[in-house]
Amino acid sequence: MDTNILFIFILAVFVGFEVISKVPSMLHTPLMSGTNAIHGIILFGGILVLADADSVLTQALGFVAVIFGSANVFGGFMVTDRMLQMFKKKK
Amino acid sequence: MSSPIALLIIGVAVLFIIGIKLLSSPKTARVGNLVAAAGMLIALVVLHKPDGTSVWTQGWSSNYTLIVIGTLTGLVIGAVGAYSVKMTAMPQMVALFNGLGGGAAALVASLEFQRGAHSFAGITAFIAGAMLFATLIGSLSFSGSIIAYLKLEGKFEKPMTFPGQNILNGLVLLVILGLGGWLTLNAPNEHATFAFMVMFSLALFFGIAMVMPIGGADMPVVISLLNSFTGLAVAADGFAINNLAMVVAGTLVGSSGTLLTLLMCKAMNRPVTNVLFGAFGSSGGSHAAAGGIAGTVKPIQADEVALLLAYAQRVVVVPGYGMAVAQAQHSVRELSDELGKRGVEVQFAIHPVAGRMPGHMNVLLAEANVPYDQLVEMEAINPSMDRVDVCLVIGANDVVNPAAREEKTSPIYGMPIIEADRCKTVIVMKRSMAAGFAGIENHLFYKDNTRMLFGDAKASLNALVAQVKAG
Repeated sequence: MDTNILFIFILAVFVGFEVISKVPSMLHTPLMSGTNAIHGIILFGGILVLADADSVLTQALGFVAVIFGSANVFGGFMVTDRMLQMFKKKK
Repeated sequence: MSSPIALLIIGVAVLFIIGIKLLSSPKTARVGNLVAAAGMLIALVVLHKPDGTSVWTQGWSSNYTLIVIGTLTGLVIGAVGAYSVKMTAMPQMVALFNGLGGGAAALVASLEFQRGAHSFAGITAFIAGAMLFATLIGSLSFSGSIIAYLKLEGKFEKPMTFPGQNILNGLVLLVILGLGGWLTLNAPNEHATFAFMVMFSLALFFGIAMVMPIGGADMPVVISLLNSFTGLAVAADGFAINNLAMVVAGTLVGSSGTLLTLLMCKAMNRPVTNVLFGAFGSSGGSHAAAGGIAGTVKPIQADEVALLLAYAQRVVVVPGYGMAVAQAQHSVRELSDELGKRGVEVQFAIHPVAGRMPGHMNVLLAEANVPYDQLVEMEAINPSMDRVDVCLVIGANDVVNPAAREEKTSPIYGMPIIEADRCKTVIVMKRSMAAGFAGIENHLFYKDNTRMLFGDAKASLNALVAQVKAG
């Protein structure tokens, strides 16, 4: 195992804390929804396991993982955009 | 991994960080979301296998056809969900997407684990641990999110509790951790698959058992927590398959989600442990009965309210979930515009946890074109509540309950509230006298300066608009 990746992990923990420390409560829902979309990156994990799948079972499970991940990432960004679109309309 | 790809992955990480940063300010939030989406696209282009080779330069196999079909299916499901959902049902949608992400994380980890456990070389304890962690947290997030979704949809909203529940959950968790520990240290093993299946099922069960006892009012906190869980599961997956972009993205979501969860609990003045293990609301009824509320409920008619409003100088609207349910946000805006034309100063007081999610009210009012300089946060408006002539409480309940200030035995004691009771006149628009989501009687309804306008919020508001226009 590469220790660099652990190092990056620790830094990311702190960045995650810092970056939203001053968010107004009105943006809590879009922020939750936006970060929800970001963990949709799991779609790529699904793609990787499905690409190497060598049995019907792993293909089937990998396929489900890809669908789930894809719905998470696309749906997540779209629903966040739909929410935020309305914030933009200002008189 | 070659260095141009490494640089691009750093770029992806930076885009995610900037995206989240921009998401935390109203002016830049939409751009922030797009920035994060751009990061995702780059991550897709540079997607590489654990050994560093690109996914896209291999020969085309039937698996790739499945990838395309699966991705498109997910895209359609996501798009239909995202664009057809009503604004009031946003929280459920986020819960559902989060659950799917958790499920995907669990599946990816299990497939990798099975492959590793059966390979000749085996896997290191660290990698096995990361895979098991992702399986456990991901499946827990999956089942927990589904329950949270169902609760917000109105199915079994009430907390479900039975004696010894926390003990049973604790035992289940111990078994899960025990199996996880054993598997981590003895991964290539003929019993590994069986132990793994048991752990997977127990984790799914644990997700359900964890969320079931929590009342519907606390679902926002639960969803936020499960969201950060999914993030951590994705990060662990990233460790397992040596994908830096997944580690960074998952960790960012995990840590910012944890902080967001704590901020939400802080807004309700309750420690997170109390939300998760307190079975909040189950004892609300008895508390109210013991308190014994003095005073009577005084109903009022719409025409009288219209007069009060039209001749007021300053009106504060306190919206709650009831407004969302009645789809009354457009009527509220109309009323506010009419009053504005007559020179009445109208503001909307937003409680941090009004509705079913923090910021829920802002989203709904923004949808109805209420300009956001009219939206005032709780802390900002409370000091001037004495000078408000009419406070219009529309479908809000627990967030204006003075019991939070006055009654030490109340389950919501200590929660910051919008101090509606300090206004000269309080008009509460409500369907019936039913208790709020937390299941607690509201002392505000019995105050001397409170009048109740019963009926559907939208119908009542439309009547008010007509009366104010006519008057």
